[in-house]
Amino acid sequence: MGDLQIKKTAKKYDAVIVGSGAGGGMAAYVLATAGLKVCLLEAGADYDPAKDSAQLKNPWESPRRGASTKFRPFGDFDGCYWGWEIDGEPYTQAEGSAKWEWWRARMIGGRTNHWGRISLRFGPRDFKRHSIDGLGDDWPISYDDVKPYYDKIDKMLGVFGSNEGLENDPDGIFLPPPKPRLHELMIKKAATGLNIPVIPSRLSILTKKINDKRGQCFYCAQCGRSCKIAADFSSSSALVQPALETGNVDVITMAMAREVITNADGLATGVSYVDKKDMQEYQVSGRIVILAASTCETARLLLNSKSTRHPNGLANDSNVVGKYLHDSTGAAVGGVLPQLYGRKRYNEDGVGGMHVYTPWWLDNKKLDFPRGYHIEYWGGMGQPAYGFGMGIQNQNGKYMVNGKIKEAGGYGAGLKEDARFFYGAGVGMAGRGEAVPDIKNYCEIDPSVVDKYGIPVLRFHTNHSDYEIKQAKHMKETFKEILHNMGAIITWGGDDDAKNNYGLSNPGNIIHEAGTVRMGADKKTSALNKWSQAHDCKTLFCVDGSQFVSQADKNITWTILALSMRASEYIIDEMKKQNL
Amino acid sequence: MISRIGFNETSSVKSYLNHFKAALIIILICDFMDRRKSIKALLIGTAASGVFVEACKNSDKKAVAVSGEPFHYQGRMAEEETYLKRLEAGDKFFTEHEMATIIVLEDIILPKDEVSGSASDAKVHDFIEFIVKDMPGHQVPVRGGLRWIDVYCLNHYDKPFKDCDKKQQLELVDQIAYPIVKDSLSKTDRKIKPEMAQGVAFFNKMRDLVMTGFYTSEIGVKDLGYMGNVPNMWNGVPDDVLKQYGYAYTEKELKECMSPDKA
Repeated sequence: MGDLQIKKTAKKYDAVIVGSGAGGGMAAYVLATAGLKVCLLEAGADYDPAKDSAQLKNPWESPRRGASTKFRPFGDFDGCYWGWEIDGEPYTQAEGSAKWEWWRARMIGGRTNHWGRISLRFGPRDFKRHSIDGLGDDWPISYDDVKPYYDKIDKMLGVFGSNEGLENDPDGIFLPPPKPRLHELMIKKAATGLNIPVIPSRLSILTKKINDKRGQCFYCAQCGRSCKIAADFSSSSALVQPALETGNVDVITMAMAREVITNADGLATGVSYVDKKDMQEYQVSGRIVILAASTCETARLLLNSKSTRHPNGLANDSNVVGKYLHDSTGAAVGGVLPQLYGRKRYNEDGVGGMHVYTPWWLDNKKLDFPRGYHIEYWGGMGQPAYGFGMGIQNQNGKYMVNGKIKEAGGYGAGLKEDARFFYGAGVGMAGRGEAVPDIKNYCEIDPSVVDKYGIPVLRFHTNHSDYEIKQAKHMKETFKEILHNMGAIITWGGDDDAKNNYGLSNPGNIIHEAGTVRMGADKKTSALNKWSQAHDCKTLFCVDGSQFVSQADKNITWTILALSMRASEYIIDEMKKQNL
Repeated sequence: MISRIGFNETSSVKSYLNHFKAALIIILICDFMDRRKSIKALLIGTAASGVFVEACKNSDKKAVAVSGEPFHYQGRMAEEETYLKRLEAGDKFFTEHEMATIIVLEDIILPKDEVSGSASDAKVHDFIEFIVKDMPGHQVPVRGGLRWIDVYCLNHYDKPFKDCDKKQQLELVDQIAYPIVKDSLSKTDRKIKPEMAQGVAFFNKMRDLVMTGFYTSEIGVKDLGYMGNVPNMWNGVPDDVLKQYGYAYTEKELKECMSPDKA
């Protein structure tokens, strides 16, 4: 191994990008396609869905039958390396903080390998929330600024859905959605009867082919494992690989960025990183540095990049880096549909997610909470996994089985009859809502803890407010209404109350964290300008969720992609004009 | 265009596959997608699963058999592999006596019936051996419970559980297999003796593990009738099922949703 030293890469790149997920992958693709020389640093391992996915494996091909592990918390076949805890990379919680749950992927493509594919444009109102309800801040851009990029991304990456003419859930360029499943037809009927709309979902899954490079969905419902034929969007297959094919990108995997290097003028000129394979220190230079390490990791990098010009951390004259951290809200209720007991078997897989959903439908001015949420649905005859059949004593004593009353629990051939009878009758729904960003919710550098690479770690300080708690209460009431109207029996999530914040998930648990390096027109209260460019450092850009001023009742990935494309085109333009 | 080849139609392929004990991975190489040296590999599955063929545009396909360890597929992280190999190389957890007891218990819980084999046919005990090492929290409850039923049987029948006759075994099982559950429909006057409460907790756990081990095995998944995990064209709920529940697709859905004619 030799003595430890810092090795400086001779090649000078046009752009050094940290992170290969949605934002980083898009930036690498756009810049490389325009002919720029790009160095893409990825903290995790190489990953190619075509080779590495567990798609189409049977439950018995996992020794633990698909159960979760610390390596793959969403299940043994899930397409994400790491999650809530990473060996050697701790994070801490401040006193007085609710528990922040932090999901970190470490792989080419990041979380886009296993995400839910829910691809919702922000609507016009979502950029101007302060103007509407006086809370939080407006974005320095509007829907009209981003719409051309949503359009480009719809066409380039593909998303199915339907145009419904909804003001704040804008029409797009959609591929045909799949027909609803049986429980989804039941949900649609029950919810519509309560004036709750149920429309086709909008998922980045190719129900039709869009180009020669990516396949057409074959409905195995395993998008979460990542798709071997790239029929669903992963940055790994749809952005990083095409970027590599331009010949303009060097990808360095297992590269943990330590800090952003700046020169005497305070301009970002490169990134120092530790190569996890040989545990040596490296530096790579670029005309610009683009951070897309995910919301909190990007803030961490900036705060750890202190210098004479940036004593408070890079791009942090405003002192907002790390602050205004927010996540989607989440609360769920589930149960069983007795009318589906003993149901006829057929292949009900469909796509890897719901075929229908409910966009926010009410006027918050008439409610006791300021922001909305959408509803996601699940149910049906899914592939069995670890956990299947457990707790059957809570069903076979409570419901007649094929017309017979049984004692709860039991053993023998009767148990097999029970398992067959109850299979595929589950149903559930969850809300994903908009939290109000608050300067008091933040991550900062822990003053005493470092990770195994010697990089100071993050300490979190987050709490939900009444705005989110009341929204969760509304979610629970709504879901119980829909389930009752369907004739479902609620089996979990129906007993939450104020004592446990109505089952509101811990901040971070929904894994849509955003806001820590927010953009804004005012340099005193924001870190980036409207081009995702640091106010205090024109050669630094942040194109992941960190730049978000607020996050709407809409999963943020599609907007990350749009904003990253937009920032990348701006960079190309500025470079042509010799401003960068 | 995808056509599924079921077991009926590929007896020659099936017998070829059956010759391999280790998981067999069939790779169909076709130029369905142009990526990286114009070759796209589509990993299909192991010998145990249904085999399908993707009809490639230029229909140039070859079947190549590659043997591999079932749980160590490509795509495992290095850290996962290290951990899995350590578990597999380590000592067995259960003693021979304990394992023999588990096998008796599992077949009481899920015996062979007219639809499918027993839990031991599905090798549920092998799954249990692995899972207690993977999830150590199961170890004490299972080991302790096995000893608990042995001590009961020694006290009552002078033999450990597995050596008792069926009648004796079921005499015990009948006392611990029926937990009291709120809102039960059954108005039985069955009572659980206070000293049997731990046996009830143990049997609940064994039932859980056996159910999960069985219904995620090949025999169990087939028994359940799960028909997914195979490439297909989703075209909505089958007509007879729609009729059964009184649902229909709207004109809007029929017009805008994906269907085979729009492919």
